Amino acid sequence: MQVSYYPGCTLKTNAKNFETSALAVLDRLGVTAQELEDWYCCGVCFSQASDNLMQQIAPIRTLVKAKESGNPQLLTLCTMCYNTLKRSVEFIKADEEKLETIHKFMDREATRFYGDEVDVIDVLSLIKQIGLDKLKEAVVKKVKNLKIASYYGCMLLRPKEIAIDSPDDPSIMEDIILASGCENVYFPFRTECCGSYQIVNEPDIVKTRAKKIIGSALKNGADLMVILCPLCYYNLDEVQAEIRKEDPRFQTLPVLYITQLLALLLGLDLDIHDFSLHSVDPRPVLKRKGLL
Amino acid sequence: MKRIGVFVCHCGINIAATVDIESVVKDLEDYPGVVLVQDYKYMCSDPGQNIIKEKIKSERLDGIVVAACSPTLHENTFRLTCKTVGMNPYSCEIANIREQCSWVHKNKDEATLKAKLIIRSIVEKALLDEELEPVQVPVIRKALVLGGGIAGIQAALSIANSGYEVILVEKQSSIGGRMAQLSETFPTLDCSQCILTPKMVDVAQHEKIRLMTYSELEDISGFVGNFKVKIRQKAKYVDWDKCTGCGLCIEKCPKKAPSEFDQGLEKRKAVFTPFPQAVPNKPVIDHENCTYFKTGKCQLCKIVCSFDAVDFDETETFVEEEVGAIVVATGYDVYPVLNMDEYGSGKLPDVIDGLTFERILSSSGPTGGEVRRPSDGTVPKEIVFIKCVGSRDPEHHFPYCSKICCMYTTKHAMLYKHRVHDGQPYIFYMDVRAGGKGYEEFYQRAQEEDNVIFLRGKVSKVYQDDDKVVVCGIDTIYGRNVEIRADMVVLAMAIRPSKGVEELTRLLKIAIDQNGFLTEAHPKLRPVESLSAGIYLAGCAQAPKDIPDTVAQASATASMVSNLFSQEYLLHDPLITGVNEDLCSGCGVCVSVCPYDARKLNKEEGIVEVNEVLCEGCGSCSAACPSGAAQQKNFTDTQLSNMVKAILSE
Repeated sequence: MQVSYYPGCTLKTNAKNFETSALAVLDRLGVTAQELEDWYCCGVCFSQASDNLMQQIAPIRTLVKAKESGNPQLLTLCTMCYNTLKRSVEFIKADEEKLETIHKFMDREATRFYGDEVDVIDVLSLIKQIGLDKLKEAVVKKVKNLKIASYYGCMLLRPKEIAIDSPDDPSIMEDIILASGCENVYFPFRTECCGSYQIVNEPDIVKTRAKKIIGSALKNGADLMVILCPLCYYNLDEVQAEIRKEDPRFQTLPVLYITQLLALLLGLDLDIHDFSLHSVDPRPVLKRKGLL
Repeated sequence: MKRIGVFVCHCGINIAATVDIESVVKDLEDYPGVVLVQDYKYMCSDPGQNIIKEKIKSERLDGIVVAACSPTLHENTFRLTCKTVGMNPYSCEIANIREQCSWVHKNKDEATLKAKLIIRSIVEKALLDEELEPVQVPVIRKALVLGGGIAGIQAALSIANSGYEVILVEKQSSIGGRMAQLSETFPTLDCSQCILTPKMVDVAQHEKIRLMTYSELEDISGFVGNFKVKIRQKAKYVDWDKCTGCGLCIEKCPKKAPSEFDQGLEKRKAVFTPFPQAVPNKPVIDHENCTYFKTGKCQLCKIVCSFDAVDFDETETFVEEEVGAIVVATGYDVYPVLNMDEYGSGKLPDVIDGLTFERILSSSGPTGGEVRRPSDGTVPKEIVFIKCVGSRDPEHHFPYCSKICCMYTTKHAMLYKHRVHDGQPYIFYMDVRAGGKGYEEFYQRAQEEDNVIFLRGKVSKVYQDDDKVVVCGIDTIYGRNVEIRADMVVLAMAIRPSKGVEELTRLLKIAIDQNGFLTEAHPKLRPVESLSAGIYLAGCAQAPKDIPDTVAQASATASMVSNLFSQEYLLHDPLITGVNEDLCSGCGVCVSVCPYDARKLNKEEGIVEVNEVLCEGCGSCSAACPSGAAQQKNFTDTQLSNMVKAILSE
């Protein structure tokens, strides 16, 4: 099975370990992710910030590339990219008049995009599509009592029109964790916003939220937290180190991309991880649980 | 040739400003068959009607055409006018030159010409009109009431007290409905069961009421005044004629199941009555949970019964009845908490719906009226009530207001405070709708005397933290986030039409709205009738409403039924489509297009027969009939062709 793949900027810089682990896991599950040639920035959330059509151009150009690639399924790993691209698709499908205006502007592009030709898909849905049974079979390291807190963040669940699962009570991450042989920890803040870009101007907002989210996961017995979004990752991993500096009593919780955990369980090459990227070192827990 | 009179109305300036009346009058004076043309400023006024009456007599008219407003407005008026001077009402025709002419045109010349053509065509119709008499239909003076809640009880008692027979059908084994589950009722705080149970007993003892519980409507045919219904009596496995209601079987039954009446807070036995005051107070065996039906062993109930009433071989039975009117009072269900992902999807034991809290508050409930939370039985010291859960939320759930929640939630908080003096109730609300007699005062009392804290805003999340239920919401008056570590949360869930109503409406051929509630014939002027003649509505099946409104509506419904039954015959419009037996080839095309089941193919005779009462004169069959055998009265092919010719004549 082959899908086209849109990495987005962060996956090539701060979140390299997300990309390497995700592509390796998919490869093991029999899926080749073919990176788009010559891709652009998705436009990030700014493209959705106002109704200025100009802001839609970046995501739509990417979608045009995907259409041209001839492979209708477009995988995004970064949840922000997923959100931006998927919402652009919905935007175009909902408003013919605006689509027409966009087409007029993009008159030099050879390909026109109408919304239905590309199916933007996130990695969780792709794994589910491949089959949880298949994932179960591929697991080579059986772990005992490894308790995982799955943190969804916002980008895969809101707005509900593009949500991959129930925005308030999702289960897709827990289903995957269960299939991979780990135990789930339910904590009430798994869909709470991490504070997102507030980290730039109002870092205290993010710190308060990180404390709340990490504290709640720990209280419910988590050994590890798994996530999908590079920004959530920064806000929950990097910020933990800062909180720790201010408050030495703060208990930390290692955070991994869910694909890193899967790569470990599938027994894939350890080089893909680059644990030096983590502020809270996950290696002690992973060693204790026999994954390293 | 007939002598036709034409009466042209100015309707003030409504017609006269756009249509040149003088020219119209002149034009019609020479039209074949027209012997008189008269105009007047307001034809529908008393002087206008008197002109018509006088001219009918003085000019010896055979038929008249009134050129005025739409026939829906005044056709009846003018037909009655004709009747008073001995003219057959169906000899009066209306030419609509207002809605279909003067109101929609600006150019006077064009409008005047169009008015002339409209009137000419109606004159052509009038020339061939037959004199008709309404079809008379006898009425069966017996009503079927579906649903034994307070709406059905009230309607049944009221109809029966007018002297007519009633069959009351209830799907549960006892009547009482939702009201029997409630604790105390707003705004007077009188005990719900105390005011309901005497009415339940009245129903059981009323000589005109036949009570059929544990039953459902299976099939229906016929029409207003003459319905044939088939009622399915479900298998009870207890012979109620032999059973004395001693309750020994219930006591000895070893199998338990969650009690529906107690909203699952308590268990009942597999042989059970839903509650001690049930009417009839006889048990049924729940086939799904009974050990004997599952394993073939047990039969304890049968062994202990001294009256040999338990019969495991009992099967469902069917009863056929004829009734003249049907009242649909099927009530409501509560939208399940499991639909609310943000409030724990029904997985948190101390987050319950309002009806469950009613059982906790009820002195006959599982806690005897003491407020104890379901998870561990402790008394909650802080309790949060959330209103508009599922209601007024068109994006995710339902757009409508469930109407009763504002008052019952206020009542809940008040009753809680009366029982837990050191407890603190909070109410999250969107706005408080306390419209009703004594309701606003009740709401004020809750704020001032019972210290209920009202917080205006929605709750975004409810989650379990140790033994607390944490409620995260917003107080939009102070503009701040609120987090309450409560012991218990009560959700005012949206009201939904009862399960199964949709199938029932398909059976009855009555309409439901986009939210599943029964549609009334007119939202203001015919609020208790369905669009199908002879089928009436009462209670929450039509829309969410509280007990006073339900009782008022059910009484109104009963009055409409009595109204129907007070007539010896029903009169049906004779403008129907018959069959010319000489022309009919029995092809049956008309049978397939008839939306009212009025036409039946008689295969032996090879012709179609018409039930004149069912025919609504829609004309579908006339259009479909290939041989011209189906001619609608006063709308024959010849008339229509003459009318078209008249319009095309200019």
